[in-house]
Amino acid sequence: MEYAAPTTVDEARTLLTDNPGSRVFAGATDVVPQMRSGRPEPSVLIDLKRIDRLMSVAHDNGHWTIGAAMPTSELTSNGEFASVFPGISEGAGWIGSDQIQNRSSLGGNLCNGSPAADSVPAMIASEARAVIAGTDGERTIPVADVVTGPGQLSLADGEFVVEFEIDDPPAHTGDAYIRMTPRTEMDIAIVGAAVRVTMDGDTCTDARVVLGAVAPTAVRVPDAEAALIGSSLNEAALAEVAAAASVAANPINDKRGTIEYRVQVAGVLAKRAAVLAAERARA
Amino acid sequence: MSRTHITCTVNGEDTDFLANPGTSLLDALRDELGLTGAKEGCGTGDCGACSVLMDGKVTCACLVFAPEAQGRDLLTVEGLSSGDGVGGDHLHPLQQTFLEGAALQCGVCTPGFLVAAKALLNQNPDPAESEIRYALAGNLCRCTGYDKIIRSVQEAAVQLRSAT
Repeated sequence: MEYAAPTTVDEARTLLTDNPGSRVFAGATDVVPQMRSGRPEPSVLIDLKRIDRLMSVAHDNGHWTIGAAMPTSELTSNGEFASVFPGISEGAGWIGSDQIQNRSSLGGNLCNGSPAADSVPAMIASEARAVIAGTDGERTIPVADVVTGPGQLSLADGEFVVEFEIDDPPAHTGDAYIRMTPRTEMDIAIVGAAVRVTMDGDTCTDARVVLGAVAPTAVRVPDAEAALIGSSLNEAALAEVAAAASVAANPINDKRGTIEYRVQVAGVLAKRAAVLAAERARA
Repeated sequence: MSRTHITCTVNGEDTDFLANPGTSLLDALRDELGLTGAKEGCGTGDCGACSVLMDGKVTCACLVFAPEAQGRDLLTVEGLSSGDGVGGDHLHPLQQTFLEGAALQCGVCTPGFLVAAKALLNQNPDPAESEIRYALAGNLCRCTGYDKIIRSVQEAAVQLRSAT
Protein backbone atom coordinates (compact mmCIF):
# COMPACT_ATOMS: atom_id res chain seq x y z
CA MET A 1 0.00 0.00 0.00
CA GLU A 2 1.23 3.46 -0.90
CA TYR A 3 0.24 6.85 0.48
CA ALA A 4 -0.24 10.00 -1.61
CA ALA A 5 -1.14 13.51 -0.54
CA PRO A 6 -2.15 15.50 -3.64
CA THR A 7 -2.54 19.26 -3.32
CA THR A 8 -5.00 19.79 -6.17
CA VAL A 9 -8.25 18.17 -7.25
CA ASP A 10 -6.70 17.36 -10.64
CA GLU A 11 -3.77 15.59 -9.05
CA ALA A 12 -6.13 13.54 -6.84
CA ARG A 13 -8.28 12.67 -9.85
CA THR A 14 -5.24 11.44 -11.79
CA LEU A 15 -4.00 9.35 -8.86
CA LEU A 16 -7.42 7.77 -8.40
CA THR A 17 -7.83 7.02 -12.11
CA ASP A 18 -4.30 5.73 -12.69
CA ASN A 19 -4.26 3.39 -9.68
CA PRO A 20 -6.88 0.63 -9.71
CA GLY A 21 -7.87 -0.27 -6.17
CA SER A 22 -6.89 3.12 -4.77
CA ARG A 23 -9.10 4.95 -2.33
CA VAL A 24 -9.53 8.55 -1.25
CA PHE A 25 -9.87 9.35 2.44
CA ALA A 26 -10.28 12.34 4.73
CA GLY A 27 -10.18 11.57 8.47
CA ALA A 28 -9.85 7.78 8.10
CA THR A 29 -12.19 7.36 11.07
CA ASP A 30 -14.05 4.70 9.09
CA VAL A 31 -11.22 3.61 6.76
CA VAL A 32 -8.87 2.47 9.54
CA PRO A 33 -11.47 0.39 11.45
CA GLN A 34 -12.52 -1.17 8.13
CA MET A 35 -8.94 -2.09 7.24
CA ARG A 36 -8.43 -3.48 10.73
CA SER A 37 -11.55 -5.61 10.44
CA GLY A 38 -10.15 -7.31 7.37
CA ARG A 39 -11.28 -5.28 4.36
CA PRO A 40 -8.68 -5.41 1.61
CA GLU A 41 -6.07 -2.67 1.75
CA PRO A 42 -6.31 -0.06 -0.98
CA SER A 43 -3.41 0.03 -3.47
CA VAL A 44 -2.92 3.74 -2.79
CA LEU A 45 -4.38 5.73 0.08
CA ILE A 46 -5.12 9.17 -1.35
CA ASP A 47 -5.20 11.74 1.44
CA LEU A 48 -7.48 14.62 0.45
CA LYS A 49 -6.62 16.88 3.37
CA ARG A 50 -3.78 18.76 1.63
CA ILE A 51 -6.16 20.12 -1.01
CA ASP A 52 -7.25 23.59 0.10
CA ARG A 53 -10.57 23.40 -1.70
CA LEU A 54 -11.58 20.30 0.24
CA MET A 55 -10.60 21.89 3.58
CA SER A 56 -12.36 25.25 3.46
CA VAL A 57 -15.77 26.73 4.13
CA ALA A 58 -17.12 29.81 2.36
CA HIS A 59 -20.35 31.77 2.15
CA ASP A 60 -20.99 33.87 -0.93
CA ASN A 61 -23.41 34.29 -3.83
CA GLY A 62 -26.32 32.99 -1.80
CA HIS A 63 -24.86 29.68 -0.85
CA TRP A 64 -22.43 27.96 1.44
CA THR A 65 -19.58 25.85 0.09
CA ILE A 66 -18.11 23.29 2.47
CA GLY A 67 -15.00 21.27 1.65
CA ALA A 68 -15.75 17.56 1.73
CA ALA A 69 -12.67 16.69 3.81
CA MET A 70 -12.88 19.57 6.28
CA PRO A 71 -13.03 18.33 9.90
CA THR A 72 -16.54 18.59 11.30
CA SER A 73 -15.12 20.43 14.32
CA GLU A 74 -14.25 23.30 11.95
CA LEU A 75 -17.85 23.41 10.77
CA THR A 76 -19.57 23.09 14.15
CA SER A 77 -17.33 25.81 15.58
CA ASN A 78 -18.34 28.16 12.76
CA GLY A 79 -20.89 30.32 14.59
CA GLU A 80 -22.40 31.80 11.45
CA PHE A 81 -22.98 28.41 9.85
CA ALA A 82 -24.40 26.95 13.06
CA SER A 83 -26.85 29.84 13.40
CA VAL A 84 -28.13 29.37 9.83
CA PHE A 85 -28.15 25.55 9.79
CA PRO A 86 -28.41 24.44 13.42
CA GLY A 87 -29.75 21.06 12.32
CA ILE A 88 -26.79 20.28 10.05
CA SER A 89 -24.43 21.54 12.74
CA GLU A 90 -26.13 19.31 15.33
CA GLY A 91 -25.89 16.29 13.07
CA ALA A 92 -22.22 16.91 12.29
CA GLY A 93 -21.58 17.50 16.00
CA TRP A 94 -22.93 14.09 16.98
CA ILE A 95 -20.25 12.20 15.05
CA GLY A 96 -18.10 10.79 17.84
CA SER A 97 -15.76 12.41 20.35
CA ASP A 98 -13.56 15.51 20.03
CA GLN A 99 -10.80 13.18 18.81
CA ILE A 100 -13.10 12.01 16.00
CA GLN A 101 -14.56 15.45 15.30
CA ASN A 102 -11.08 16.77 14.53
CA ARG A 103 -10.83 14.17 11.75
CA SER A 104 -14.37 13.30 10.62
CA SER A 105 -15.79 15.17 7.63
CA LEU A 106 -19.11 15.66 5.85
CA GLY A 107 -17.67 13.96 2.77
CA GLY A 108 -16.52 10.94 4.73
CA ASN A 109 -19.71 10.70 6.73
CA LEU A 110 -21.70 10.64 3.48
CA CYS A 111 -19.42 8.41 1.41
CA ASN A 112 -18.97 5.79 4.10
CA GLY A 113 -22.55 5.03 3.13
CA SER A 114 -23.86 4.25 6.59
CA PRO A 115 -27.66 4.54 6.84
CA ALA A 116 -27.07 6.03 10.29
CA ALA A 117 -24.70 8.85 9.18
CA ASP A 118 -25.64 11.73 11.47
CA SER A 119 -24.84 14.65 9.18
CA VAL A 120 -26.77 13.33 6.19
CA PRO A 121 -30.51 13.72 7.03
CA ALA A 122 -30.21 17.44 7.78
CA MET A 123 -28.11 18.00 4.64
CA ILE A 124 -30.84 16.35 2.58
CA ALA A 125 -33.48 18.44 4.39
CA SER A 126 -31.65 21.55 3.20
CA GLU A 127 -31.31 20.08 -0.30
CA ALA A 128 -27.52 20.16 -0.14
CA ARG A 129 -25.67 19.34 -3.35
CA ALA A 130 -22.49 17.33 -3.75
CA VAL A 131 -19.87 18.52 -6.24
CA ILE A 132 -18.21 15.41 -7.62
CA ALA A 133 -14.91 15.28 -9.49
CA GLY A 134 -14.32 12.49 -12.00
CA THR A 135 -12.46 11.68 -15.15
CA ASP A 136 -14.74 13.96 -17.23
CA GLY A 137 -14.51 17.00 -14.98
CA GLU A 138 -17.06 17.88 -12.33
CA ARG A 139 -20.77 17.31 -11.87
CA THR A 140 -23.18 18.38 -9.16
CA ILE A 141 -25.91 16.11 -7.80
CA PRO A 142 -28.23 16.21 -4.79
CA VAL A 143 -26.71 14.73 -1.64
CA ALA A 144 -29.85 12.58 -1.51
CA ASP A 145 -28.68 10.81 -4.69
CA VAL A 146 -25.16 9.89 -3.54
CA VAL A 147 -25.89 6.90 -1.30
CA THR A 148 -27.85 4.04 -2.87
CA GLY A 149 -27.64 1.48 -0.05
CA PRO A 150 -25.50 0.54 2.95
CA GLY A 151 -21.92 1.24 1.84
CA GLN A 152 -23.08 1.70 -1.77
CA LEU A 153 -22.66 4.94 -3.70
CA SER A 154 -23.84 6.20 -7.08
CA LEU A 155 -20.32 7.50 -7.75
CA ALA A 156 -18.45 5.90 -10.64
CA ASP A 157 -14.90 4.58 -10.36
CA GLY A 158 -12.52 7.50 -10.23
CA GLU A 159 -15.08 9.90 -8.78
CA PHE A 160 -14.95 11.58 -5.39
CA VAL A 161 -16.86 14.33 -3.57
CA VAL A 162 -15.01 17.66 -3.62
CA GLU A 163 -17.40 19.92 -1.73
CA PHE A 164 -20.98 20.53 -0.72
CA GLU A 165 -23.18 23.46 -1.69
CA ILE A 166 -26.11 24.55 0.41
CA ASP A 167 -28.31 27.48 -0.59
CA ASP A 168 -29.12 30.16 1.95
CA PRO A 169 -32.49 29.23 3.44
CA PRO A 170 -35.51 31.48 2.92
CA ALA A 171 -36.45 33.86 5.76
CA HIS A 172 -38.19 32.31 8.77
CA THR A 173 -36.70 28.90 8.12
CA GLY A 174 -35.33 26.59 10.79
CA ASP A 175 -33.94 23.08 10.86
CA ALA A 176 -33.29 20.47 13.51
CA TYR A 177 -31.80 17.00 13.79
CA ILE A 178 -32.61 14.67 16.68
CA ARG A 179 -31.34 11.15 17.09
CA MET A 180 -31.88 8.21 19.39
CA THR A 181 -28.94 6.15 20.62
CA PRO A 182 -28.88 3.32 23.19
CA ARG A 183 -26.11 5.18 25.04
CA THR A 184 -26.39 8.93 25.60
CA GLU A 185 -22.99 9.66 23.99
CA MET A 186 -20.46 8.13 21.62
CA ASP A 187 -22.94 5.87 19.93
CA ILE A 188 -24.51 5.29 16.55
CA ALA A 189 -28.10 6.39 15.91
CA ILE A 190 -30.80 3.74 15.81
CA VAL A 191 -33.16 6.46 14.56
CA GLY A 192 -32.37 9.96 13.32
CA ALA A 193 -34.84 12.61 12.19
CA ALA A 194 -34.14 15.91 10.45
CA VAL A 195 -36.85 18.47 9.77
CA ARG A 196 -36.64 21.82 8.07
CA VAL A 197 -39.63 24.17 8.00
CA THR A 198 -40.34 27.64 6.67
CA MET A 199 -42.97 29.55 8.60
CA ASP A 200 -45.25 32.45 7.69
CA GLY A 201 -46.41 33.54 11.11
CA ASP A 202 -47.94 30.41 12.61
CA THR A 203 -48.40 28.66 9.30
CA CYS A 204 -45.85 26.29 7.85
CA THR A 205 -45.30 27.09 4.18
CA ASP A 206 -42.56 24.59 3.35
CA ALA A 207 -41.26 21.44 4.99
CA ARG A 208 -38.73 18.63 4.56
CA VAL A 209 -38.71 15.57 6.74
CA VAL A 210 -35.83 13.12 6.46
CA LEU A 211 -35.22 9.98 8.51
CA GLY A 212 -31.87 8.29 9.09
CA ALA A 213 -30.95 4.80 10.36
CA VAL A 214 -34.36 3.27 9.64
CA ALA A 215 -33.89 2.26 5.99
CA PRO A 216 -30.99 1.28 3.68
CA THR A 217 -30.43 5.01 3.03
CA ALA A 218 -31.67 8.23 4.58
CA VAL A 219 -35.26 8.72 3.35
CA ARG A 220 -37.49 11.70 2.80
CA VAL A 221 -41.05 11.39 4.07
CA PRO A 222 -43.33 13.26 1.64
CA ASP A 223 -46.50 12.42 3.60
CA ALA A 224 -45.06 13.99 6.73
CA GLU A 225 -44.03 17.06 4.73
CA ALA A 226 -47.56 17.35 3.31
CA ALA A 227 -49.00 17.12 6.83
CA LEU A 228 -46.81 20.03 7.97
CA ILE A 229 -47.34 22.35 5.01
CA GLY A 230 -50.34 24.60 5.59
CA SER A 231 -50.60 23.57 9.22
CA SER A 232 -49.79 25.49 12.38
CA LEU A 233 -48.02 22.38 13.68
CA ASN A 234 -51.03 21.70 15.88
CA GLU A 235 -51.59 18.36 17.61
CA ALA A 236 -53.45 16.87 14.69
CA ALA A 237 -50.76 17.79 12.16
CA LEU A 238 -47.98 16.49 14.41
CA ALA A 239 -49.85 13.22 14.91
CA GLU A 240 -49.98 12.89 11.11
CA VAL A 241 -46.25 13.63 10.90
CA ALA A 242 -45.50 10.92 13.45
CA ALA A 243 -47.75 8.41 11.73
CA ALA A 244 -46.25 9.12 8.30
CA ALA A 245 -42.70 8.85 9.65
CA SER A 246 -43.48 5.51 11.31
CA VAL A 247 -44.94 4.21 8.05
CA ALA A 248 -41.86 5.36 6.11
CA ALA A 249 -39.49 3.67 8.56
CA ASN A 250 -38.27 0.31 7.31
CA PRO A 251 -35.60 -0.52 9.87
CA ILE A 252 -33.54 -3.59 10.65
CA ASN A 253 -33.95 -5.66 13.78
CA ASP A 254 -30.78 -5.99 15.83
CA LYS A 255 -29.43 -6.02 19.34
CA ARG A 256 -29.39 -2.22 19.39
CA GLY A 257 -33.08 -1.78 18.67
CA THR A 258 -36.05 -3.80 17.50
CA ILE A 259 -38.07 -2.99 14.40
CA GLU A 260 -41.11 -2.19 16.52
CA TYR A 261 -39.14 0.21 18.70
CA ARG A 262 -37.40 1.99 15.84
CA VAL A 263 -40.66 2.43 13.94
CA GLN A 264 -42.31 4.06 16.92
CA VAL A 265 -39.32 6.22 17.78
CA ALA A 266 -39.11 7.43 14.15
CA GLY A 267 -42.54 8.98 14.59
CA VAL A 268 -41.71 10.53 17.94
CA LEU A 269 -38.43 12.05 16.72
CA ALA A 270 -39.96 13.39 13.50
CA LYS A 271 -42.58 15.18 15.57
CA ARG A 272 -40.07 16.58 18.04
CA ALA A 273 -37.71 17.69 15.29
CA ALA A 274 -40.61 19.48 13.56
CA VAL A 275 -41.49 21.36 16.74
CA LEU A 276 -37.86 22.35 17.32
CA ALA A 277 -37.36 23.42 13.71
CA ALA A 278 -40.50 25.58 13.87
CA GLU A 279 -39.33 27.21 17.11
CA ARG A 280 -36.09 28.12 15.36
CA ALA A 281 -37.90 29.34 12.27
CA ARG A 282 -39.97 31.73 14.37
CA ALA A 283 -37.00 33.00 16.39
CA MET B 1 7.50 -1.37 -0.18
CA SER B 2 9.56 1.73 0.34
CA ARG B 3 9.57 3.47 3.66
CA THR B 4 8.60 7.11 3.68
CA HIS B 5 10.79 9.77 5.25
CA ILE B 6 8.66 12.00 7.47
CA THR B 7 9.71 15.30 9.00
CA CYS B 8 7.66 16.89 11.75
CA THR B 9 7.83 18.53 15.15
CA VAL B 10 7.32 16.30 18.17
CA ASN B 11 7.07 17.89 21.60
CA GLY B 12 8.78 21.02 20.33
CA GLU B 13 11.71 19.30 18.65
CA ASP B 14 12.35 18.88 14.94
CA THR B 15 12.08 15.17 14.32
CA ASP B 16 12.29 12.83 11.39
CA PHE B 17 11.62 9.14 11.03
CA LEU B 18 10.95 6.41 8.48
CA ALA B 19 7.65 4.57 8.28
CA ASN B 20 5.73 2.30 5.95
CA PRO B 21 2.84 4.20 4.35
CA GLY B 22 0.16 2.16 6.12
CA THR B 23 1.76 2.41 9.55
CA SER B 24 -0.29 4.32 12.09
CA LEU B 25 1.14 7.43 13.66
CA LEU B 26 0.71 5.63 16.97
CA ASP B 27 2.97 2.75 15.91
CA ALA B 28 5.50 5.21 14.48
CA LEU B 29 5.59 7.22 17.72
CA ARG B 30 6.01 4.09 19.79
CA ASP B 31 8.27 1.96 17.60
CA GLU B 32 10.31 4.47 15.62
CA LEU B 33 10.56 7.34 18.12
CA GLY B 34 10.38 5.38 21.37
CA LEU B 35 7.54 7.55 22.66
CA THR B 36 5.49 4.85 24.35
CA GLY B 37 3.24 7.14 26.36
CA ALA B 38 0.39 6.97 23.86
CA LYS B 39 -1.18 3.53 24.16
CA GLU B 40 -3.14 1.30 21.84
CA GLY B 41 -6.40 0.37 23.51
CA CYS B 42 -8.79 -0.38 20.68
CA GLY B 43 -7.00 0.68 17.50
CA THR B 44 -10.26 1.99 16.05
CA GLY B 45 -10.69 5.45 17.57
CA ASP B 46 -13.12 4.47 20.31
CA CYS B 47 -11.04 4.56 23.48
CA GLY B 48 -8.76 7.60 23.20
CA ALA B 49 -5.75 5.93 24.86
CA CYS B 50 -3.62 7.02 21.88
CA SER B 51 -4.69 10.68 22.02
CA VAL B 52 -2.11 13.18 20.79
CA LEU B 53 -2.35 16.80 19.71
CA MET B 54 -1.76 17.37 16.01
CA ASP B 55 -1.45 21.07 15.19
CA GLY B 56 -3.09 21.65 18.57
CA LYS B 57 -6.12 19.45 17.89
CA VAL B 58 -6.68 16.31 19.92
CA THR B 59 -6.89 13.23 17.77
CA CYS B 60 -6.45 9.47 17.96
CA ALA B 61 -2.98 8.59 16.69
CA CYS B 62 -4.27 5.13 15.77
CA LEU B 63 -6.48 6.71 13.08
CA VAL B 64 -3.66 8.77 11.57
CA PHE B 65 -1.38 7.27 8.94
CA ALA B 66 2.22 8.08 9.76
CA PRO B 67 2.89 9.99 6.50
CA GLU B 68 0.08 12.38 7.41
CA ALA B 69 2.34 13.77 10.12
CA GLN B 70 4.60 15.36 7.48
CA GLY B 71 5.11 19.00 8.52
CA ARG B 72 2.73 18.75 11.46
CA ASP B 73 3.30 19.83 15.04
CA LEU B 74 2.70 16.94 17.44
CA LEU B 75 2.38 16.89 21.20
CA THR B 76 2.38 13.61 23.11
CA VAL B 77 2.09 13.04 26.83
CA GLU B 78 5.90 13.05 26.98
CA GLY B 79 5.78 16.72 26.03
CA LEU B 80 3.48 17.83 28.82
CA SER B 81 6.04 18.14 31.57
CA SER B 82 8.48 20.29 29.64
CA GLY B 83 6.36 21.90 26.94
CA ASP B 84 4.65 24.53 29.06
CA GLY B 85 7.58 26.61 30.21
CA VAL B 86 7.23 24.87 33.56
CA GLY B 87 10.73 23.57 32.99
CA GLY B 88 12.98 20.76 34.04
CA ASP B 89 11.45 17.61 35.40
CA HIS B 90 8.39 19.30 36.81
CA LEU B 91 5.15 17.56 36.02
CA HIS B 92 2.42 19.47 34.28
CA PRO B 93 -0.31 20.53 36.75
CA LEU B 94 -2.62 17.98 35.13
CA GLN B 95 -0.13 15.21 35.81
CA GLN B 96 0.36 16.41 39.38
CA THR B 97 -3.36 16.63 40.14
CA PHE B 98 -3.98 13.22 38.56
CA LEU B 99 -1.34 11.78 40.93
CA GLU B 100 -2.61 13.61 43.98
CA GLY B 101 -6.25 12.90 43.19
CA ALA B 102 -5.64 9.20 42.47
CA ALA B 103 -7.20 9.71 39.05
CA LEU B 104 -5.66 6.53 37.71
CA GLN B 105 -5.41 2.91 38.62
CA CYS B 106 -3.94 0.73 35.87
CA GLY B 107 -2.79 3.82 33.98
CA VAL B 108 -3.28 2.67 30.40
CA CYS B 109 -5.85 5.37 29.65
CA THR B 110 -4.03 8.10 31.57
CA PRO B 111 -1.78 9.54 28.82
CA GLY B 112 -4.83 9.92 26.59
CA PHE B 113 -6.83 11.61 29.33
CA LEU B 114 -3.96 13.98 30.08
CA VAL B 115 -3.57 14.98 26.44
CA ALA B 116 -7.32 15.39 25.90
CA ALA B 117 -7.58 17.44 29.10
CA LYS B 118 -4.67 19.59 27.92
CA ALA B 119 -6.51 20.25 24.66
CA LEU B 120 -9.58 21.30 26.61
CA LEU B 121 -7.72 23.63 28.98
CA ASN B 122 -5.80 25.21 26.10
CA GLN B 123 -9.14 26.22 24.61
CA ASN B 124 -11.17 26.74 27.73
CA PRO B 125 -9.26 27.58 30.94
CA ASP B 126 -12.39 27.50 33.09
CA PRO B 127 -14.58 24.63 31.89
CA ALA B 128 -17.80 23.62 33.60
CA GLU B 129 -18.02 20.03 34.78
CA SER B 130 -20.29 19.14 31.88
CA GLU B 131 -17.79 20.65 29.43
CA ILE B 132 -15.03 18.52 30.94
CA ARG B 133 -17.21 15.43 30.64
CA TYR B 134 -17.97 16.16 26.99
CA ALA B 135 -14.33 16.92 26.21
CA LEU B 136 -13.26 13.61 27.76
CA ALA B 137 -16.11 11.56 26.29
CA GLY B 138 -13.69 10.12 23.74
CA ASN B 139 -11.49 8.65 26.46
CA LEU B 140 -12.47 5.41 28.14
CA CYS B 141 -11.31 4.40 31.61
CA ARG B 142 -12.38 1.02 32.91
CA CYS B 143 -10.89 1.48 36.40
CA THR B 144 -11.74 4.77 38.00
CA GLY B 145 -15.35 5.54 37.22
CA TYR B 146 -14.23 8.95 35.90
CA ASP B 147 -15.11 11.03 38.95
CA LYS B 148 -11.56 11.44 40.18
CA ILE B 149 -10.42 12.25 36.67
CA ILE B 150 -12.98 15.05 36.35
CA ARG B 151 -12.05 16.45 39.76
CA SER B 152 -8.36 16.35 38.94
CA VAL B 153 -8.94 18.29 35.72
CA GLN B 154 -10.97 20.84 37.67
CA GLU B 155 -8.16 21.23 40.21
CA ALA B 156 -5.54 21.56 37.47
CA ALA B 157 -7.67 24.22 35.80
CA VAL B 158 -7.76 26.19 39.06
CA GLN B 159 -3.98 25.93 39.43
CA LEU B 160 -3.32 26.92 35.84
CA ARG B 161 -5.61 29.94 36.09
CA SER B 162 -3.97 31.15 39.30
CA ALA B 163 -0.52 30.70 37.72
CA THR B 164 -1.29 33.08 34.86
